Amino acid sequence: MPRKEGRDKVTGAARYVDDMALPGMLHGATVRSSVARGKIKTISFGPGVDWNEFVVVTAKDIPGKNCIALILDDQPCLAAENVNHPEEPILLLAHAERHKLRKAVEAVSIDYEPLPSVHSMEDSERKSTIIWGNDNILKRYLVEKGDVDAVWKEAAHIVEGEYFTGAQEQLYIENNGVIAAFEPESGVTIWGSLQCPYYVHKALMALCDQPEDRVRVVQMETGGAFGGKEEYPSMIAGHAALLAIKSGKPVKIIYDRMEDMIATTKRHPSRTRHRTAVDKNGKILGGEIEFTIDGGAYATLSSVVLSRGTIHAGGPYYWPSVRIRTKAVATNTPPHGAFRGFGAPQSLFALERHMDRIAQVVGISPIEVRRRNFLKTGQTTTTEQTIQENIDLDGLLDRALDLSNYDAKKKRFAEENRNGKIKKGIGIAAFLHGAGFTGSGERYLNSLVGVEAGADGVVRVLVSSAEFGQGTNTVLCQIAAEALGLPYENVAIAQPDTNVVPNSGPTVASRTAMIVGKLVQSAATGIKETLAKSGLLGEDYTPDQFRIACREYIASHGALKSYSRYESPGNVYWDDEKYRGEAYAAFAWAVYVAEVTVDLTTYSVTVNDFVALQEVGKVLNPVLAEGQITGGVAQGIGFALYEKVVWHDGRMLNNQMTNYIMPTSVDLPPIRVFFEEHGNVHGAHGAKGIGELPMDGPAPAIVNAVEDATGVRFDSIPLLPEDLFEALGDKSGERDFLSPTRGMA
Amino acid sequence: MRADPADYKLVSPGNLQAVLSLLADEPSQWLPIAGGTDVMVLYSAGKLPNRKLIDIWSIPELRQIEVLPERIRIGAACTYTALRSHEIISRDFPLLTLAASWTGGIANQNRGTLGGNIANASPAADSLPALLVYDAELTLISVRGQRRVPYRTFHAGYKKTTLAADELILDISLPRQFAEYAPHARKVGARNAQAISKVCLAALGQCADGVIRDLRLALGSVAPVPFRLQETEQLLTGIKIAPSLINAARKSVLKEIRPIGDIRSTARYRAAVAANLVAEFLEKLAVEGTNA
Amino acid sequence: MNSSLEKSAKRDVSFIVNGEERNLLAHPMERLLDVLRNGLGLTGAKEGCGEGECGSCSVLLDGMLVNSCLVPVAQANGASIITIEGISTHDLLSPLQQAFLECGGAQCGICTPGMILAAVHLLEKKPEPALSDIREGLAGNLCRCTGYMQIFEAVARAAQLRMAK
Repeated sequence: MPRKEGRDKVTGAARYVDDMALPGMLHGATVRSSVARGKIKTISFGPGVDWNEFVVVTAKDIPGKNCIALILDDQPCLAAENVNHPEEPILLLAHAERHKLRKAVEAVSIDYEPLPSVHSMEDSERKSTIIWGNDNILKRYLVEKGDVDAVWKEAAHIVEGEYFTGAQEQLYIENNGVIAAFEPESGVTIWGSLQCPYYVHKALMALCDQPEDRVRVVQMETGGAFGGKEEYPSMIAGHAALLAIKSGKPVKIIYDRMEDMIATTKRHPSRTRHRTAVDKNGKILGGEIEFTIDGGAYATLSSVVLSRGTIHAGGPYYWPSVRIRTKAVATNTPPHGAFRGFGAPQSLFALERHMDRIAQVVGISPIEVRRRNFLKTGQTTTTEQTIQENIDLDGLLDRALDLSNYDAKKKRFAEENRNGKIKKGIGIAAFLHGAGFTGSGERYLNSLVGVEAGADGVVRVLVSSAEFGQGTNTVLCQIAAEALGLPYENVAIAQPDTNVVPNSGPTVASRTAMIVGKLVQSAATGIKETLAKSGLLGEDYTPDQFRIACREYIASHGALKSYSRYESPGNVYWDDEKYRGEAYAAFAWAVYVAEVTVDLTTYSVTVNDFVALQEVGKVLNPVLAEGQITGGVAQGIGFALYEKVVWHDGRMLNNQMTNYIMPTSVDLPPIRVFFEEHGNVHGAHGAKGIGELPMDGPAPAIVNAVEDATGVRFDSIPLLPEDLFEALGDKSGERDFLSPTRGMA
Repeated sequence: MRADPADYKLVSPGNLQAVLSLLADEPSQWLPIAGGTDVMVLYSAGKLPNRKLIDIWSIPELRQIEVLPERIRIGAACTYTALRSHEIISRDFPLLTLAASWTGGIANQNRGTLGGNIANASPAADSLPALLVYDAELTLISVRGQRRVPYRTFHAGYKKTTLAADELILDISLPRQFAEYAPHARKVGARNAQAISKVCLAALGQCADGVIRDLRLALGSVAPVPFRLQETEQLLTGIKIAPSLINAARKSVLKEIRPIGDIRSTARYRAAVAANLVAEFLEKLAVEGTNA
Repeated sequence: MNSSLEKSAKRDVSFIVNGEERNLLAHPMERLLDVLRNGLGLTGAKEGCGEGECGSCSVLLDGMLVNSCLVPVAQANGASIITIEGISTHDLLSPLQQAFLECGGAQCGICTPGMILAAVHLLEKKPEPALSDIREGLAGNLCRCTGYMQIFEAVARAAQLRMAK
């Protein structure tokens, strides 16, 4: 099935928000904090700019509540008295000529009374400066299973480790952008590059003090998102809306790359501490896991990222007992946010590095330690969710090892590594990823999906689920077409517009194909049933007969629409207090294998071959599914080896594509993708969500491979050549020339 | 885009004389722009101080490549693509065409020019070490006439050149005398393409019976200017390549270079890799000798 | 701010875009990218970075692949420019566009116009490219969605389709 909107994309006809203009439109820009934390003392509008030409908006102009409504509502839309991170938005400017804005932004001078600021998780934990709440802690979870305190004395080995992951920028190639308009008769309209129209809708209702039917949000073609356009668009949309309300004109705000990188969300940095009791065979008896993430200055989505990181911290293994203590702490950094994987890549990196460590301590192979601990059908996860489906992780591992030629390579590399400056290694990661919202989350989302048939027999899917490259349009149309027995060409999908489509939930959490897809299936089936009940259509029919039936139905009954609402499977048990029960409706399972070359002349690591094998329930669209995996693996390789955010007091210094490094076409290995399909009762056609799964495996597999190649432990990513150099050192005794402070800028 | 185009003047006189006259009439007022791959990045970021630019992209005299028996003369506005596709430059000066292939992706190679790279004077530029080992000579031109300067004297300090306020680089000429040398170059960047170098080596060596007859080593990104390792070269010339010599070479490299730590890398890493690259070249030279 | 600096005047610029002669008034230092998008309404070329790193603004200028965000429009005066809008003829997709659709070469689509033009440029120079040629030819075009694999497939497939014609 070709991509539904593919033709527009390959001809340049696809319309992204910056491709659109409205008559009389102004351009907007944001004046941002230059300090990490402080009180705003004065704001002055400097000379050299005719301020009469500009629309100016401050916090005082906010009609509703000065916040970006999300979970805790602690993040202001515009800082009023206090700023809590560098680049925090303070005021907004608009002008008809885009080119006049930069000078104007620079001509606004703001005086601050700086306050002590916090710039690391450790500093935040120390609590010598409190920057959020009473104790800098945005959220905590505690998961307890079995009797952890009893396992230590039985352990043959107690293995400890500490693991770190850095911030990562989503780096969608299309920067954040929005157009807002305000009409007194109809209210606020937003056209944006976004994942969740209804999140923006909710946020703007509160900000602009407008009721539901006076806020309209339309998703434009979106050039990549990866979570970076999950919650952030509410902020930029809020800004454009405020300018539109004040000026009475449409306002477009498009960030350039430098602004997008320095001011918007990134992946939460993390620190994980493992302490694990294992028996003499390497079987886990129990353990303690402490997982901490840096949430930045406001709570935003940290509680949910923390949740997923917490639940995935034990990976695809059986823990007879475990204590998982997790927290998100505040620092004076632009709030960190959603990025594909959403906490799981962080805690799974730590776990999969730790499994290799356990193997070393026990004296068995990384393969064997995993075999001995894999979850089996009927066993429970760390949250005591019983694995109902038939899983065979052993078999999955076997297949991955075979596909990657693991055994032969491991032997050969060990031989070849004895000499020369090129060292090769091979490493694996085994993991899982839960699809859909956690626990009762899907019930809370209460998603609603519509399908409509026109008098011409064309069927339209009505969802708020956004397309941003991952294939929403294609897969949902495929599902509807299949449910109705119609050609794919006869099914269309409405542009997500809150005036037109119901709230099928946000386009996040790998839930679209699986959960929304299932609802599309039932809503589509509902169309068929309605026509059958009216006697207009039999059980089997041609597309032509379908068209005629629709025409007749509409002529006598009016619109032909069918809706389907999410119903949670009856026996789902989830305890939000104890964080226990059935965390996810479905898990996808995977084993990834990375082969690397370490060049000791340049200390650089190259990935030469990558095998990505996963069990995903059902592959709905082979081309799209493969594309999700290769794209996710590429981002995982970036996470591991290339993408470092250089911070200085909460500000990103390398906020340009020239010095924030993502892989190019000559940096990536062949990424070989393989699927197994064992079905899923909760997903459309048995599909499980796969969008985020590929983000979890590459980094630990690669770092495991680097340790295999060099014999050196690395427990922190990104792992740059400079880090490898410091660890491997210069063995020829010239280190005196390389004193730590020599030549430092 | 952080600049207002209305604030900038760009004139395109279209011929060399007119360009030179303007530079003479208003010295230091007009910034020459060829392919724009450096200037336009600064401009877009709102960081270009110059408000007046003079277009030298299509000046014919700056685009010529002249092949003479003893030298090749490359017009300053020749693009990296033009260098790469020139048969004789590729054969006689492989370090230059190799560096050209490393300078950005194809789109940037189609617009980036050798003269622009030289005038921009970044110590990280990929092709400048090659020019140093090839003993390049620059022809500088103004209304006052032409003068030739050895390229190795052109950089006075970080991003400072000896170009006069009214001068333009006309061409870069390279002596065709390196057929008997083993060429070697390596660039170390943050990724394999579109990367500013962390360390960059261009080297030529002549070796007979394992004894170094002539050695030319130039590094980028280890000093405020593209850097020819004269002390190390002198230390090694006339000596038989052996592990002890290679160790001595490493020590000498570390003593000679002055790398810094910056947003891209650390001083220690640059130093270590620079020494490794030189050692790697010497080991290769010892094994392969010179291509006779 | 130096108030004695005069504003530059707009000048006549004319070029051939996708086979059609176009002229307009523009400041000489306007970026070709902005002139194409805002002056001529050809919004296929995109701004991803404004620094010549991502290639999503790529167009063909006198047959050469360039980053239009780095070209002052004055330097394009008199040139022949091809943008993504000029790649399909009469609603018939080119082999490259066809191959991108078949192989999944476009996901979010924002890098796609530039990527296709880079591929056009590559195939003109190397009609039967090896994988290493494809990788090198596209090294200046960043894609965040695909991990490049299906783009390589699409280009290889397009090469086949073109040779077959």
